[in-house]
Amino acid sequence: MENLTESMDAVPERKESLIKKMVYQLFKSKTGTIGLVIVIFVSLVAVFAPALAMHDPAETDAVNRLLPPFWLDGGSTEYLLGTDNLGRDVLSRIIYGSRVSLLVGISAVLLAGLIGIIFGLIAGYYGKTWDFIIMRTVDSFLAIPNILFMLIILAVLGPSLVTLILVLGGTTWVVYARMVRSETLSVKERDYVRSARAIGAKNFRIIVKYVLPNVISSFIVIATLNVASTIILEASLSFLGLGIQPPDVSWGLMLSDGREYIATSWWVATFPGLAITLTVLGVIFLGDWLRDVLDPKIKD
Amino acid sequence: MAEINIENNRVEEEIILEVQNLKKHFEISKGFINKEVSTVRAVDGVDFEVFKGETLGIVGESGCGKSTTGQLVLGLLEPTEGKIYFQDNEISALNQKELRAARRNLQVIFQDPYSSLNPRMTVEDIIGEPLVVHKLASGKELRKKVLRLMNLVGLQEHQMKRYPHEFSGGQRQRIGIARALALEPKVIVCDEAVSALDVSIQAQILNLLKKLQRQLDLTYIFIAHGLPAVRHISNRIGVMYLGRMVELADRNAIFEKPLHPYTYALLDSVPIPDPKLRKESQVIEGEIPNPSNPPSGCHFHPRCPFANDVCKNEVPEYREIFDGHYVACHYPLTDHETQVISTEKEKS
Repeated sequence: MENLTESMDAVPERKESLIKKMVYQLFKSKTGTIGLVIVIFVSLVAVFAPALAMHDPAETDAVNRLLPPFWLDGGSTEYLLGTDNLGRDVLSRIIYGSRVSLLVGISAVLLAGLIGIIFGLIAGYYGKTWDFIIMRTVDSFLAIPNILFMLIILAVLGPSLVTLILVLGGTTWVVYARMVRSETLSVKERDYVRSARAIGAKNFRIIVKYVLPNVISSFIVIATLNVASTIILEASLSFLGLGIQPPDVSWGLMLSDGREYIATSWWVATFPGLAITLTVLGVIFLGDWLRDVLDPKIKD
Repeated sequence: MAEINIENNRVEEEIILEVQNLKKHFEISKGFINKEVSTVRAVDGVDFEVFKGETLGIVGESGCGKSTTGQLVLGLLEPTEGKIYFQDNEISALNQKELRAARRNLQVIFQDPYSSLNPRMTVEDIIGEPLVVHKLASGKELRKKVLRLMNLVGLQEHQMKRYPHEFSGGQRQRIGIARALALEPKVIVCDEAVSALDVSIQAQILNLLKKLQRQLDLTYIFIAHGLPAVRHISNRIGVMYLGRMVELADRNAIFEKPLHPYTYALLDSVPIPDPKLRKESQVIEGEIPNPSNPPSGCHFHPRCPFANDVCKNEVPEYREIFDGHYVACHYPLTDHETQVISTEKEKS
């Protein structure tokens, strides 16, 4: 076989692994690098919150209420970003708030993703009655305004960290179910799935080894981007009073607390708002980079 | 392209696969409120048999049902009507579980090597998977078997851990062949197995398939778009048109004495590489009709130069005219009539 045509047909050797490709893509993409740095920074802050925060986030200081940041008149280096209406340190609360925001954002997306992938695969692969039942359920979910739906459930179940994650995950899974279903429909018709049936593979094997690995990359991209929107949703729910309850702290709750003082003490609401913006931006940048890496059509 | 000579064209042996009155109709519904259901008769009553150790070529234009026939034989589609026998066992009557076991004997090589390999699996997994699925090997033994299969199709050991995207089209098709061979099947359906490849690579893959057929005593059903593609590999060739087999005969008979006007037209549309011999050829006029609304009588009559009222109204019987030469035509071409067409063409 070692003739001319064979060598013409040969493809140059490429031994690069996915990890290598990921790193390469990362350094090529400036926004990706920025995104990764932001996400790592926020994660580290969340993990080492007790060591970083100078005050207990719930500790009140009646004398130093609504103190401005340290660089303004009347500010103190004791409270770098000022204090809120109860004299709590804004910086320490932001540091502790990162824990809730990341925890809720990531676990709600994972939960929603798990439900969405399972139902999406079933609907797309088996079709017919399964598809009809699942997709009409998805449509019903989509027909109800998200926030309203969540508020009703939270009002019934009572707000807590766990119910918040359950509600966020239990309502946003429809996005993934739709996406995974449509991807499954296209993957199902590929010849490699036919070849799996030709060798006698069972449906479960085909779904796990052929369909899932080929739809998962689109899922990862959408999921990353949705971590951002889930963080915002958590903030909105906390802002409306049905999310995180005191003495726990989240960025959304801080926004809500600071709203009344926005005219006189802008820092109470502005800094948690900036924290949300920064984190969401970081996650979105990271998602863009992931999309580039996982898309097999974009090479080198 | 390398010439592959078949010494003894006719393999008079036992029948390994038999298809009787095979039909596959797809229902297509249009509209939501006023539902209109139309039926596409993709395969509409096909009979043929395949002898052990031979290569049966099946050719026809797009939409003639040749690939559907292949998938029906493989059990990937359920026939609407008709029977398929493999070594006297009716495989079209098996349930899902029995069918999975029966798949060991019937394998497939796909047309496009870029879409027939799972991009997320390594070569080792792709080739070894059939053995894992049927619990035929595991661990070291599996590795050894995969390696043997890779050597058989001309792949190197160091390519084992690679992914399909690291290979060229020809190499990918070798991977696909190795996977098809893993279960030691008796019949392999080659569904346009080389038509997506470069011409030089086509010859290599055809030679490989020929070599494997001799080594492993395989039977091929070779599905292709045009006659030249199956010329060098087939013992017998069947020509399909709009879901029906119109002619089936020995390769030489198809090329030298075609009986059906459609086969004649297909042969005539083959480009001749010598400009001196080039002549105005009478390419079949018109488009292939819509298979959901096929013409009455003989499906070929609107495009046939000899059609008359009988062809319009009566479905021609698929019958054996000479020994082993089947045709479905009211007026099969004799030598005389073939000459008539040629002279008519020269005049015009």
